[in-house]
Formats: sequence, structure tokens, C-alpha cells
Amino acid sequence: MTWRSPLALVRDALRGQRAREKDLRNLASNLPYEGLEKAKQPNCYFPGNAIKTTKYTLLLFIPMNLFEQFHRLANIYFVGLAILNFVPVVSAFQPGVALIPICVILSLTALKDALEDFRRYQSDRKLNNTPCFIYSRKEQQFIKRHWKDVRVGDFVKVVCNEIVPADLLLLHTSDPNGVCHIETSNLDGETNLKQRKMMSGVCISDPEFEPESFNSAVVCEKPNNNLNHFKCYVEKPNKEKVGAGIESLLLRGCTVRNTDHAVGFVVYAGHETKAMLNNKGPRYKRSKLERKLNTDVIFCVILLFTMCLIGALGHFLWLQALPGVPPYLVPDGNGHLDSPSLSGFYMFFTMIILLQILIPISLYVSIELVRIGQIFFITNDIDLHDEGTDSRVQCKALNITEDLGQIEYIFSDKTGTLTENKMVFRRCSIMGTEYAHKENAIRLAVLDVPVSEEEVILNQQPRPPRIGWSLDTEDSNPEDKWHHHDNRRKSKVTGNAQSDAAFSSLLEAEVIPDRKLLQQISRAESSSSSRNIDPYLDFFLGLAICNTVVVSMATARRQRVSGFSRSDQTSSPLDTLSSLVKKSGSLQHIFPSWQHKPKKNRTISEDSVEEEDHVKPPVKIEGSGDTNKLRTCSLHTPSQSAMTPDNLSYEAESPDEAALVYAAKAYGFTLLARTPECVTVRLPSGEDLVFEVLDTLTFDYNRKRMSVLVRHPITKEYVLYTKGADHAIMELLGTPYTEYLSGKQKNIAANTQHHLDCYAKEGLRTLCFTKKVVSDKAYESWSVNRQRALAAIDNREELVMDTAVQLETDLSLLGATGIEDRLQESVPETIMALREAGIQVWVLTGDKTETAVNIGYACRLLEEEDLVINMSCGNKFACTSMLDCTLEEVRRYSEDPRNVDTTQNISLVIDGRTLTMALSSDLQKRFVDLAKRCRTVLCCRVTPLQKSRVVTVVREQLNVMTLAVGDGANDVSMIQAANVGIGISGQEGMQAVMASDFAISRFKHLKKLLLVHGHWCYTRLANMLIYFFYKNVAYVNLLFWHQFLCGFSGSAMIDYWLMIFFNLFFTSVPPIMFGIMDKDVSAEMLLGVPELYRTGQGAGEYTFTTFWISMLDAFYQSLVCFFIPYLAYRDSDIDVFTFGTPLNTISFFTILLHLSIEIKAWTVVHWVIMLGSVALYFIVTLAYSAICVTCNPPSNPYWILQRQMADPMFYLLCIITTVVALLPRYMFHVLRNSIAPSPLVKARHLDRLDPSTRDQCMKEWRSFRGIAHVRPFRLSTPPSPTLETPVDIHPHSSATSDIMWDERHH
Amino acid sequence: VTSPRGAFISLFVNFLVELTALATTCRFRAAIMMASSYNAKDEDGHITVSGPGGGTLRSKKPENTAFKQQRLPAWQPILTAGTVLPAFFIIGLLFIPIGIGLFVTSNNIKEFEVDYTGIDMSSPCFNCSQNFSWNSTRPCTCTIPFYLDQPYESNVYVYYGLSNFYQNHRRYVKSRDDSQLNGDVNSLMSPSKECEPYAFHENKPIAPCGAIANSMFNDTLELFYNDPNGTRIPIPLNTTGIAWWTDKHVKFGNPGGNPNLTAAFQGTTKPLNWRRPVYELDADPGNNGFINEDFIVWMRTAALPTFRKLYRIINKKSSMVPTLPRGNYTLEVVYNYPVRSFEGRKRVILSTISWMGGKNPFLGIAYITVGSVCFFLGVVLLIVHHKCGNRNNSADISN
Repeated sequence: MTWRSPLALVRDALRGQRAREKDLRNLASNLPYEGLEKAKQPNCYFPGNAIKTTKYTLLLFIPMNLFEQFHRLANIYFVGLAILNFVPVVSAFQPGVALIPICVILSLTALKDALEDFRRYQSDRKLNNTPCFIYSRKEQQFIKRHWKDVRVGDFVKVVCNEIVPADLLLLHTSDPNGVCHIETSNLDGETNLKQRKMMSGVCISDPEFEPESFNSAVVCEKPNNNLNHFKCYVEKPNKEKVGAGIESLLLRGCTVRNTDHAVGFVVYAGHETKAMLNNKGPRYKRSKLERKLNTDVIFCVILLFTMCLIGALGHFLWLQALPGVPPYLVPDGNGHLDSPSLSGFYMFFTMIILLQILIPISLYVSIELVRIGQIFFITNDIDLHDEGTDSRVQCKALNITEDLGQIEYIFSDKTGTLTENKMVFRRCSIMGTEYAHKENAIRLAVLDVPVSEEEVILNQQPRPPRIGWSLDTEDSNPEDKWHHHDNRRKSKVTGNAQSDAAFSSLLEAEVIPDRKLLQQISRAESSSSSRNIDPYLDFFLGLAICNTVVVSMATARRQRVSGFSRSDQTSSPLDTLSSLVKKSGSLQHIFPSWQHKPKKNRTISEDSVEEEDHVKPPVKIEGSGDTNKLRTCSLHTPSQSAMTPDNLSYEAESPDEAALVYAAKAYGFTLLARTPECVTVRLPSGEDLVFEVLDTLTFDYNRKRMSVLVRHPITKEYVLYTKGADHAIMELLGTPYTEYLSGKQKNIAANTQHHLDCYAKEGLRTLCFTKKVVSDKAYESWSVNRQRALAAIDNREELVMDTAVQLETDLSLLGATGIEDRLQESVPETIMALREAGIQVWVLTGDKTETAVNIGYACRLLEEEDLVINMSCGNKFACTSMLDCTLEEVRRYSEDPRNVDTTQNISLVIDGRTLTMALSSDLQKRFVDLAKRCRTVLCCRVTPLQKSRVVTVVREQLNVMTLAVGDGANDVSMIQAANVGIGISGQEGMQAVMASDFAISRFKHLKKLLLVHGHWCYTRLANMLIYFFYKNVAYVNLLFWHQFLCGFSGSAMIDYWLMIFFNLFFTSVPPIMFGIMDKDVSAEMLLGVPELYRTGQGAGEYTFTTFWISMLDAFYQSLVCFFIPYLAYRDSDIDVFTFGTPLNTISFFTILLHLSIEIKAWTVVHWVIMLGSVALYFIVTLAYSAICVTCNPPSNPYWILQRQMADPMFYLLCIITTVVALLPRYMFHVLRNSIAPSPLVKARHLDRLDPSTRDQCMKEWRSFRGIAHVRPFRLSTPPSPTLETPVDIHPHSSATSDIMWDERHH
Repeated sequence: VTSPRGAFISLFVNFLVELTALATTCRFRAAIMMASSYNAKDEDGHITVSGPGGGTLRSKKPENTAFKQQRLPAWQPILTAGTVLPAFFIIGLLFIPIGIGLFVTSNNIKEFEVDYTGIDMSSPCFNCSQNFSWNSTRPCTCTIPFYLDQPYESNVYVYYGLSNFYQNHRRYVKSRDDSQLNGDVNSLMSPSKECEPYAFHENKPIAPCGAIANSMFNDTLELFYNDPNGTRIPIPLNTTGIAWWTDKHVKFGNPGGNPNLTAAFQGTTKPLNWRRPVYELDADPGNNGFINEDFIVWMRTAALPTFRKLYRIINKKSSMVPTLPRGNYTLEVVYNYPVRSFEGRKRVILSTISWMGGKNPFLGIAYITVGSVCFFLGVVLLIVHHKCGNRNNSADISN
């Protein structure tokens, strides 16, 4: 280490600061500088890869932690009081003793922080010392180093299954196509593989990759936390710039899969990596209750000051009234007595110290503990556990559990939230002809039926007709087919144990082709002349090509072993095995290996592992025989030779892509492989076509479409396949498919549009497919623009999008598809229940109006007899008048006396464009006013931003508690805008979950989460808070009343230690237990009678009145607790602290028994804690009184309690005082419960009945309210005109509904 | 849960462990997401097979136990008129007899009180009360005659009572040194700061220090029975047994082991207001110094501004003769203690005691009142129950 001048150091630091702050960074390879000292390194200004997430250092822990803790106002308050106690003139207690409570609280918090920090330190250390490979020039190879040694500018090699240590610009991979697969589940939870492309031509990579040949400069943007964007270009020595984006960046924390090794250039390291920048702490939200609580704390402060003022004034007047200097007035050290006014002034502060417990010091700590307990129970609820994904409910926000009990508005996403987001191909329209796919519909219906009604189905449903579909390789006999359905149902019963995490579930993977369409295709196939221009072939090619699906071998599918082990528990292993074997007979593409030894009788997981070893040649991995690695490593892009269409599986970023590819596969257009450069498709004839992919114009929310530009291998034409939302496509249509069917003069577009509308009404998601042939010249010129746009650093997104829009014009329509997105299970019931609970449910969706309305009917958001107002208008003027008219209409309607009894409700359907106008500042009020009167509002075609706008407007205008639930990235803003954000960890990645406060896996879990846990959490916490305030006031007021009898001198008659213990130990656990475990009504009742949820809405139990009633009660009780002993001991020889002991005991019993009046359900835990508290009080006080001979002056409790307990008066006093103190509250509860019982009390009465009677009563209750009309559930509803083939859909759906209806009535 | 009580301990411990684990993980799951998720991979899901033989993996499925699912068997009382009726009647029926018993007991206690402050001109102590001072050398004596209209059968307790004396004043209560009183030699010579300004006098430590000791009650009371034949028979007053046993034997102690108290208190000075040093309080060495019982009684500061303190006990001599027969008595007071500075009153109380202490009818009345109120409320609830109770039947829940 050479000595450097401080000036140089400062200069360097400044330069480093500037380099870090610059918008663009210039990075160079470290290799030429290897071995030089740090200052000479080109990238020395950027941080290394070592991370430090700890907050504190060992030496500075105490000051830093204290500083941290004093950010809390309450802590400062209490420390201030403790310090005040050191001022001799005002000190109420021994100064040292006053410090104890605050010290206990502070040190407990510090201990917790220290433990947590230590854990972070450990994990940091572990992470920093993880090995990785860095290229060394000296050694001419990659050498093993640690993560912390990685620096910006290094070359790092990552092998398969290793975690990327820093953000790497991918320069080389072992894959011949230059791709590297990564799994980002560590970052965003998405489990599908993502492809990363290497930057070519920057280094010599043939035959060996040579990092030393890298002599370009990497220019990249300032680090940011956006995981999906990265801008950078590489400037070669010859000034040529090559652009790169996120598709070439390996992010820290990702796992390399499927690729033997990859080499990258470190762009960001350590804390500058995107992963670390994304790593924010836990979310902190303030709950509604807490906001109210804070106002009540302020009330307490006011109360405290009033009491102190009374004390100060009283002291002043008392001193004034004294005729002389009595012997009990003690002057200060100099023998000087303060004047009455000065003493009064001091007394104010003494009183603050004395009565400080009025502001509950342990309140905040207790609330935190209660919330932890509540979260413990929520996350441990077995009903909120999803078997399919093996996920519990996650509570990410730790401090808003009680908000769940106060929700008034729910804003829900549709896709993936109400629906499965598991897409099933249902029907398609090609060149204006509808192909209904009846067989497929029947198959789906069979799958759909609940298992208990199996018999009914078997009788009602004809067997699915066998059709000769030659394309499917396995063709089991009808008998097998039935088995296979049965098994599927069984697997459903065992809790979807076998369901796959990825999108290619059975449902999507199997499509039974339409007979007519098959014929059409084979006709097209055979007529070789029209072969390459046949629209049918083009349509399916588009289906197969126009996507970003990753192809992988089915064997390599990552199975969840846990699923097997669980099914082992539920049924005997043999059963499971055999059912699986049966299944595998028909579903070979899921378990192909089972064909070889299907009868093997071993545990399944073991089997599957072994089979894979056996089938696949193990991929070579250094130094590890771990089966995990083997298994995942075998996941590789299939080589041409080993490929059969059966064992392919597709991994897509959005599930409808996979569904379409499977649909294409069913018609013989099998997507065999996809690399960034080419797509291989096998045609029905067996011929493999390899398309060269020239560009992929990815999907975005503005364009609402995506395109793939390929070069046709035979015609050598540049062909652009585009798919997208119908409205995004229809306006771009140019020349129709002129070569074809020109004679028929069919208006294809109009027909297709008609079909699309019908699909939408049926609730299907629609997509249009188009084709465009681009001329060579046009392509050349466009390609130049495109390259320029890609290399741009500024406005890159816009430029890239512009180029996409340029190309996507003049499209010719091929056809359209309808994909069904099935409703999740129990969605209608959940919505019904939520509505009964007084919660308004709004749906905000990006879908078409028709689709949304249909789903609305399906999930009983809309009822048939509802008045549905459809708002859609083009300009603001129209919108204004429409809004006014509707509002007037609705007002008149609701005021009309004839409509009082009718259950008809108003629902509003509004589309995105109108919504924008309605939410503009001048119309906002009217819109909200209208929406308030509607039972349901459906917003269609809304953008993510509008979603959050709607939530914000409703939340602020109506001042209500809102909850937003969604599953996709487009719901993130809405989730963040709402009071409570709930993410559904479904099919669309984890962005919503990451942004949410609670994460659930199914929509139906919302019911229990809100109705049961929300209600419980709210009532528990609210009651605990009220009790907490009561407790402190009731106790502190004993001291206050004493002031009237001690000349307002601020003296206490209770030993200060006992006072501290009283709050810290004797009475602290019962309220916490009360807040965690009290159960006013059982979960069954809360679920059965959702109406009970209404108690929490609005103000609920914790209101201004309840707060003040309990305050008054506290005053009354403290009066009783003080003055009954006072009257009993008046004019006796009792001394101060002997007088205080029964007071303390009486207060203790009153406070505990008060709690036991409030406790609604006594479990063994309650008994133990309550009795334990009593035992603790007596044991501790007796022990303390026995030990303390001269300690703790002046109180000196020696033998006081012992003497008292030998005195019968003590017991007589305790009994009568407690009875008198609690009598009013007891009476109040009794009378209220008897004369005007609240719904909750009625529910508690029902709770005590036996289950069958209870269910009967619950039903009566609900029907009395006139809400729960049980009506058959129907998919298609009268208001929407049905398709030309409605008969195909209806029989089974009505059968289904009958069954469901029956089920409900049993 | 088959035996909740037995399973409870493990259950509770389990709960605590989980709670702490949850507390830490929840809070820092996000914060150390990067760090922990690498190794937490196994829990997250897909690809773990533990060992060659076992395909078992810890599922995230919560345990289906009564505790975790919040289904512990519970007693769910609902407070309604019907259910609490018996409680009210029982309280009523229990409290009224107790109250009557207490009231009778209290009424059986005989108590006589005489005020000798000397505010009125007619009072025998008027003169003494007029010219008082803490340090007057000439004692002022006054004689108060009184008549007991009934005989006192059992032991009679003689109290002196002070009113308006705020012994419970915060700074007064503190003004003492317990370790000095306990006999600690160091504290004897250097009293605690709490004693100030009564800790040192003329650079000598005060023993006992502090305002409490300084203001000790120093009237002397003597009781004479005026025999019908005119002679004044002094009644023997017991000076011991008036303080708590624990105070006398544990809390208070003379400094050092020195039986010679004068030597033990060498180097200290008496409190300013005292006439005699502490080691001359009584001739009896067992009742002298800090363990003088009058002193100990005074040091137990009273809870309320009007209080009495035990002064002497008149023991019953034989079962045949009443301790204090009916007749005329004379109380002779050496009037030392000034009370005019706080408008105080001084009293002498003669009282017998019962198991419930001195005479106080309050508790008995309170019990009778509360018992009657409860009984009355019970009747009210009975009516309420009959009027509203039927409505609470589950059959008609929707009302």
C-alpha cells in the first residue's frame, strides 16, 4: 500500500462519485490491467460484488440502533419522561427505576434487531463466499474464486445450474445457437425458462472462447431496478456499435439451466445489480385501525395533560390554603420552600411522570406481537393452502391484517383471478368459416363435471364419439378413454395433487380436432398446387410460429415430487401407482418413461428419478452426483434426431400461446424447435419446415399484438405473421387474401368479426391471425431502421415500437381463434358471499365488453334480472349527458316506491374509453355517485393505469376501504393503489404477488381470508386496543384519585416495581392472547352467514363511542377500586403501601375479569394464561415482599402482602370491589345481548347448536335476508344472443347446473 | 384434541418457537430475499429429492392440528339474562348475610374518641395549644376528663389520631433512610440524600435522619381511672407489641452489635425537633434506639391525611374484670406536638378490636347494599328473560 495524499484521495472519491452518477457508463475489460493496483483499474469506481445487507456494524450497533429506535415518537416520549425523572424537583420515583420500562422495551427491540442483523450477516457471508469462475490472464483460464471477488469488467463463467453472481452481458454460451436458458424464479418467481441471446462478434469464440480478445468498450446505462429493461451497446475499436438489451443480460440471482456453460462480462456488480436494486424491505402500510388508534393516543395525551393540570392546580390551591409550614412539607436541601405557584408548576411535570402509563408504553409492542400471532394463524390455515401449487397464503405486509376485516370495495382482475388462466382452445374461424369443435367441447364438459356426480354424468352424457383422428399417435380404445377420465377425476379428488405447475396441463395439451376442419386441411395438403398459399395451412403455421413458446422435452419437465409424496399419504402407494400407470397409458407425453417399466412397484419419486437417469444419457457435471442437478440438466433443447412430437412440451410466457401451439399440434402442425434464429415446424405430411426467424415484434399493451417475421423455406418470401386482439388487428387489415376465393367474394373480415363477437359473448378470449408478405425491398429498408432503433440508447422502446408499427400494416386476415379461460372453482359462490358481506365487487379487465359481461353472468356478478347499464360513448359531451341521464334514471328508479321490494339491482358496464372521460376531474363526482348506487361495476378494456385510477378515485371519493386482487403485471399498479393489495400466484408470474400485501393462490381463498380471518383479525385487534386503553386508564387513575388525598403531591401508594411489573408481566400476556386467539364466532358461521362481516365495515367495533365508553368505564372502575378501599380503611392505622397493596390486587382482578367478560371463547390456552397471570402476580409479589427488606425506598414492601393475606378484610374487600367495579359492564353486556342482540350474538347462539340444526338456521337466516336465492348457474344467459350452435354447449352446461343446484339443496 | 391439558405444554412451546421463527422470517423474507432464496430453494418447490431412498419432501401444507386451525375446544359463554340469572341471585344471597355479619361485628366494637387539640377556649388544652413550639423546654400538661358509659371487656387499644397531617406527601414519604434504620453503620454516619435537609446538623449526621423522623409525634398520654371513691388509679399501658413484628425484628435495627446504644450512636446528633436523642427514647434496651416501637409506628407513614396510630395496649388482666370498667377517666397529656400549622386535630381513641380490625360499619353496609342490588338486578333480569328470552331461541333467529 503506497501512501497517497489526502487530496488525491478526495479527488478520486469525487471522480468515482461522478462516474457512478453519469447516465452512461463506459466499461472496459479488466484483463489488460490484471495485477495492477486498484486505482489504476479502469472500472475501479464501480462497486465490487461483495454485498452487505446488514444495517449495523459490531462497534456502532448500540448508537445506530438507538438512533433507529428513536425515530419512533413514542420512544422519545418515554425517554424524555425518564430523563425528566432525573430532575430532582419533579421526580416522582427513584430516577433509576423510571428508566426500567423504557430500557426493557428498547433492549428487547435492540436484541431482536441484533438477531435479525446477525442472520443477514451470516447470509451475506455465505453468499459472498459462494464460488464462481473468473477468467485470469495469468492462468489463461477460468479460475475458481468467490462471488465477492467479482468486479465490473471481469469475465465470469457460469455452468449449468449455477447461480449468476452478478449482472452479466452474455458473450458466449455452449449452445451452438448462442442462447442460454435461465430461470428467474429467485427474482420474480416465474418458473418458466427464459432465453438469453449472446452478443456475437465481440470476442473470438471459435474454437475456444477467448476473453482476451475482447477489446471493445461496453457502454451501459446507470443501474436501475427494472428487471425487464436494460440498455447498452458495445463499441468496437472500429467505432461500430452493437446494441444489446435485456435479452443479452444474465441477472444476478438467476439460475442457468439447460446450457452447459456461459460466459459473460460483468456489467453491474454487488449492490448495483438489478436484483439487489429490486430488493426493497418489507412493505410498510398503515392500517385504518392504526390511524384511528393514533388519534386515540392523542386523546390520551390530552387526557393526561388535563389530569396533570388538575394535579398542578390542586397542588397550588392546597399549598395556598395551608396556614403555616406544616412538618410534612419538606424543604429542599438548603431548607428553602418553593412558592405554591412554582411548586404547582413543578407538580405538572411530576404528574406527567406519575401518570405516564396512561400512554401505553407496551401498546405498540403488543400490537406487533398480536399481528405476528394473527399472521401465524392465517398462514397456517389449511383451507388457504392450495394443494395444486403447494402454496400457503403469504402475508407480505405485516401490519394490515385487520384491514382485511373492513373491506367495502373489491376490485378484481378477471383473467387469472376469476378465471383459471389456463387456456383451452375452443373454436376457430378460418377465412370466415366457423369450426365449432363440438367434440372438444364435449370432452371439456366431461372434464368439468364434479366427481361426486359421476354417475349422473355417465347416464346423461353419451360417450364421446370416437373419431378417426390420425394425427394423434396414441389411440387408445374407448374403454381406456373412460378410465382416463375417471382417473382424472380421481386425481382431482386427491386435491389436484398431480397438477402440473406449467401451462401444459392435460386440458390444454389435448385438443380433439374438428372433423370438418381436418378434412379441409387434408384437402389443402393434397392439392399440392395451392399448398404454399393455402390459407388453412397459413393459419396453422401462424398458430405454430407466431409466439415465443419454448420447446422442451417432456421428460425434462420439472416435476414436483412433493405432489407424489402427498398422494402417497392420501391413498395407498399402490393405488396411486396404478392410477398413474393407467394414466400414462393415455398420456404418454407426460410420462413417457413409464412405458418401459410400467409395473415397477416402488415409490414413485424414486422411480421417476431413476427412469430419467436411465432414459437420458446423464449430462456431464463436474463434481456432483446430485440427482437434482442431473434431472434439471437434462432439460435441453431437443436435438432433431431424438424428437418425436409426443414428448414435446411447451413452455410459454402466457398460457394462451401454449394453448394455440397445442391446437396447431393437434392438426399436425407441430412446433418442433424454436431458437432465436429459426423455427422448425412439422407439417401434417411429416415434412419438417425450418423457417428462418428474421425478427420478433414482441407483445406490448399499446399495440396489443405481436408479430413474427420469418422467411419461408420454400417460397423464400418474407412472411409476417401477426396475432392480436381483434380491434387492434381489424383496423390494420389491408388487402384480403386475394389470391384465394376471389370468386366467392366473401367478406371474410365481416364474417370473422361476427364470429369474434359470438365468441366474446360466449366468454371466450379472441385472437385474430393475419399474414403479410413483405417484399424484399421493403424488408431491406425496414431492417435498417430496425437495427438503428435497437442500437439506440435514448427512447429505445418508442423507436422499436415505431418500427413494429411500420411493418404491421396492410395485413391479410387468416382467421380467428376462441380460447376459453375457465372460471376458477367456486368463484360464483365466493362473489355471492362477498356481496352478502356487504362488499361491492368491481371487475376491471382488459377484455372485450362482451367477454367481460359474459364472465360477469357466469360468476354471478351480474344476475339475469339485473338492470345492466352499458356505458360506451365516443366523446366527452356524450359521456356527460349519458352520465347525467343515467344518474337521474337511477335516482328515480331507487326512489320509486314500487321498487322497494324488488330485488332488482343495477349494474354498470363501462368501457375503457368512456371510463377515461368519466374519471376526468369534472365528471368524477357524478361517476362515483352513479357507481355507488350500482351493485356491480364492470370496467372493460382498461389499461393498468386506469385500473389504479379507478381504485384511487373510489377510495378517495367515497372514503372506503378498498381491496384489489389481481395476478398479472398489469394489476400491479391497482394492487398498490388499494388499501389492501392481494396477489394471486397463478400463471402469470409473480409480479402481482411481489407487489401485494397478501398473496393467495386461488380466488376462492378470498372468501375465508376476508370473511373469517379478516373478521377475526379486526375484532380481535379492535377489542384488544380498546381493552388496552381501558386497562391503562383504569390502573393509572388509581394514582390520580390518590392525589386528592395526598395534597396533589404526586405520591404513589403502590410500589413502583410492582407498578412496572403490573404492566410488563402481570397484565401483558392476557390481552396479547386475547388479540391473537379470541374467537367471537366460529369460522363455519362466518362463512355460512357472510352478513356477519358487515360489523367490521365502516367504523366497526373500534369507534369513537366504544373508545369513550370504555374510557368512562375505566374511570368508573378506578373510582370504585380506589374509593371502596378508601372508605373501608378510612381513619384507621393503615400505612401508605399497605393501603396500596389491596388496591393493586383489586385493580389486577378487575382488569383480568374485565378481560374475561370480553373473551368470547375460552380454550385451554386462555385458562392457562389467565390463571398463570394470577399465579404469577401472587408468586412474584409475595417473593418480592419477602426478599425486599430495605430495598426500593420509600415503599419498602417487606411483608406487606403476607400480612394482608392473613387478614380477612383483604379478601372481603377484593371481592366486593371487583363485583361493584364490573357490575355495570356485566349488566350492559347482559342487557344488550338479551334485549337487542347483535347479529354476532345471534350467530354465537347458533354456534352452540348441533351442526345440522345450525345449518338449517343458517339457511333460514340467509334466505330471510333475501340475498341468497339459489339459482342454477348457467354459462350462457338470455341477454346475450347465442351462437348458431348453442345446442352443443347447453346440454352439458345445464346438466352441470342441475347437479350443482342439487348439491346445494342437499 | 384428546387431552388438551396434557398436550398443552408442548403445544405452547411449539407455538412460541413458531412465532419467533415467523417473526424473524416474515420480516426479513423480503429483505434478504436474494440471500436466502438461494438456499431456500428446496422449500420453494420443485426439485428436491432428499437422499436416494426417500421421495419425501416437506410440504408447505400446514399441519391440521386443532391449535393451528384455531379449532381448540372452547367454552363459549354468552352473557344473556337467562344464563347470568343464577349468578346474580347467588351473589345476592351470599353478600347479604356476609354484610349483616360484618355490620354486627363492627357494631360490637366499642370505641371512644376524645379530641384534645384545644381549639376551643373551653378545652383544657387550649392554653397549651396556644404557646407551642417544637423546642420549648417547659412541658405543658393538660388533663382531660371523660366518661365511658359501657365497660370494655377485651384488650383495649389506645390510639392517637391526627387529621390533616399529610404523611403521604411525596417528599415526606421519601424523607427517610431505610438502611440507616436497619442498623447499617455506614448509613448511620452518612445518611442518604433523600433525608435532606434533615440529614446533617452542624456537620453531624442526624440519627434517625429525614423529615418523618424529625416530625415524630411526641405527646405523652397517660390514662387514669377515677375510682368512684375519688382516687385516680393509673392504668398500665403496654408500650410493646404495637409495631409489626417484622418491622421490629427485621426491618429496624440498632447500629452495630453494640449493646451500649450511647456508644453505638456516637458521633450522630438527634433530629432537630426531638428533645432527646434516639438512644434515650426508652429505658428498656429492647425498646430503645431504632427499635423503639413508638418510633417504628410513626415511621410507617399513614396512607390518608386523617389517620390514627397505635399508641399503647391495655391488656386484659383477668376474664372476670373488664379491662376498662364503666366510669370516669382522666387523660393526662403532655402537650408537645404542634398542629396549628396545618389546622390539624389531635385525638385519643380507645377501642377494642375484632377479627376485622377497628370499628368501621362501611364494609358491612356495602355488602348488604351490593347484595340487595344484585338481588334486585336478578329480578329485573328474570323479567327481561321472560320478555326477551324467547326471542333468542334459535328458531327465530332472523328477528
